[in-house]
Amino acid sequence: MSVIEASGLTKTYGELNAVDGISFEVAPGESFGLLGPNGAGKSTTMRMIGGTSLRTSGSLTVLGLDPELNGPEVRAHLGVIPQQDNLDTELKVRENLILYGRYFGLSHAFLKRKADELLEFAQLTEKADEKVDNLSGGMKRRLTIARGLVNEPKILLLDEPTTGLDPQARHILWDRLFRLKEEGVTLIVTTHFMDEAEQLCDRLIVMDHGKIVAEGSPASLIKEYATREVLEMRFGSERNASVVSQLEGIGARIEVLPDRVLLYTPDGEGALERVAHVGLRPVTSLVRRSSLEDVFLRLTGRSLID
Amino acid sequence: MTSQSAFLDSNRLVYSGAAPSPSEQARRARRWGWLIYAECRLRRMKAYFGTILVVALLYPVLYLAAMGIGLGSLVNSGVGGIDGVPYLVFVGAGLLVSTIVTESTNEFTFSIMAGFKWEKTFYATQASPISPAQMVIGEVVGVFVRLFAQAIPFWVALLVFGAAPSGWSWLIVPIAAVAGISFGAPLMAYSATVEDEGYQFAFVQRFIVMPMFLFAGTFYPLAQMPPYLQWVGWISPMWHGTQLGRIVSYGMENPLWLTVVHVLALVIPIVVGVALSVRVFTARLMK
Repeated sequence: MSVIEASGLTKTYGELNAVDGISFEVAPGESFGLLGPNGAGKSTTMRMIGGTSLRTSGSLTVLGLDPELNGPEVRAHLGVIPQQDNLDTELKVRENLILYGRYFGLSHAFLKRKADELLEFAQLTEKADEKVDNLSGGMKRRLTIARGLVNEPKILLLDEPTTGLDPQARHILWDRLFRLKEEGVTLIVTTHFMDEAEQLCDRLIVMDHGKIVAEGSPASLIKEYATREVLEMRFGSERNASVVSQLEGIGARIEVLPDRVLLYTPDGEGALERVAHVGLRPVTSLVRRSSLEDVFLRLTGRSLID
Repeated sequence: MTSQSAFLDSNRLVYSGAAPSPSEQARRARRWGWLIYAECRLRRMKAYFGTILVVALLYPVLYLAAMGIGLGSLVNSGVGGIDGVPYLVFVGAGLLVSTIVTESTNEFTFSIMAGFKWEKTFYATQASPISPAQMVIGEVVGVFVRLFAQAIPFWVALLVFGAAPSGWSWLIVPIAAVAGISFGAPLMAYSATVEDEGYQFAFVQRFIVMPMFLFAGTFYPLAQMPPYLQWVGWISPMWHGTQLGRIVSYGMENPLWLTVVHVLALVIPIVVGVALSVRVFTARLMK
């Protein structure tokens, strides 16, 4: 049985279709991603799952329950990690976990032990009695995630979990999320970072303007919408567009971006040799594996981070 | 394996087996969410408990010494007290009630706006099983407990200064707390609508709370005011609370109908304020 089932899910704000008739299912223990640029409707979808945003039409169930009718029951199953940390700065680090747990009707005796466990998981044991304001961005994020686990949820909703964090803090966080996944927690992750989606998600939907434009595992999406490798070349911003005619036929597909030309091909090094053969000398060139960024570019004609 | 050892097994972080089931969590939140929220609201006050304590202990002494004894000696020698009692007795009840109403203002302005705008704690709570209506009621109950507790030392000070001769004077403690909520509940509904930086709250403080303090019968009977200014008292929970406070603290004579009006004038704004707050909270949290 699916943990989450959405069918024709729609949310309209006035004229704007924030979420426009999307359907998806999430299996127990799966890491499911919603990938798309800002404004694609990811956060709105997350809020509808928690029953804190009312849908305009369509159906949605979480563990068989309608979040609008059974809000408290659904939210007792969820851990919600919002895009913006909303920790309570009037409270110390440890108190943030305990008082939040009270909202789930959990006893102080249970929460005292649970808070210690979660502080250890979040690597914040030494900061237990610190003020929240004294934590770094990465620490606040980990505390927010720990807070989302206080009620022992089956499903964790993570909205842009690593936005604004430095690379090291992101890797620590991903490592923590992997551990949760290993324990069988269902993760629903929104992100506009390709590497994050590739790291965390078993399966994802790519969203744009409130609609689903593709669905599958990161590997299958890359296989379907991109070639194995990409040759990135810079000819200087003046010339990037003008060399395209000479590149025709070398790769499977060409994308011209303002600062570079992308050439999709199964064999990047071979393609670079053929580019040299037709007499072109790129200022710089780079062969890399295709990523979800390329999938998004192919599907929407835009890159993810504008 | 017992649940205790499962809990301590660090390889099982999420499911200790010691937590009640989600349906039980939801049942508790549905039933007791307002009370749990009120408890958390009070615990959060620990951050500024020092300020609360200083205000609670120092204000009564300062006010009663300055107004009751200092000003009072002048009034008593001039007109021989007010309403048949020494000035200290007359003004004591008013000072207690108006101090508590003023303190209520702080809890229902910036703290409400911060919950929506700066810290977004209401949004955090919204992701739990607690509903917006439970948050509103929890806010009211939590602040009521604070105001009640804060009124106690003030009442004790009245006793020490000999400013509350009636045996029923302890009733001024709940009366003051109710008056505080009577002003605070509609204010909370307003504060919840504020989307900018809250400059309006300085206006509330200067042009509503302060005039209320000066013109709503705290320092002299409302009847001393010219009729065209007396409405300030009539629309002010401070005056209604103060008059009830005087009835219980020294047995001020008051027609029964007017006493009923005072009670209604305190209760109705609470009901309306809570209802409006629930609407605003729900609209803002359920987008």
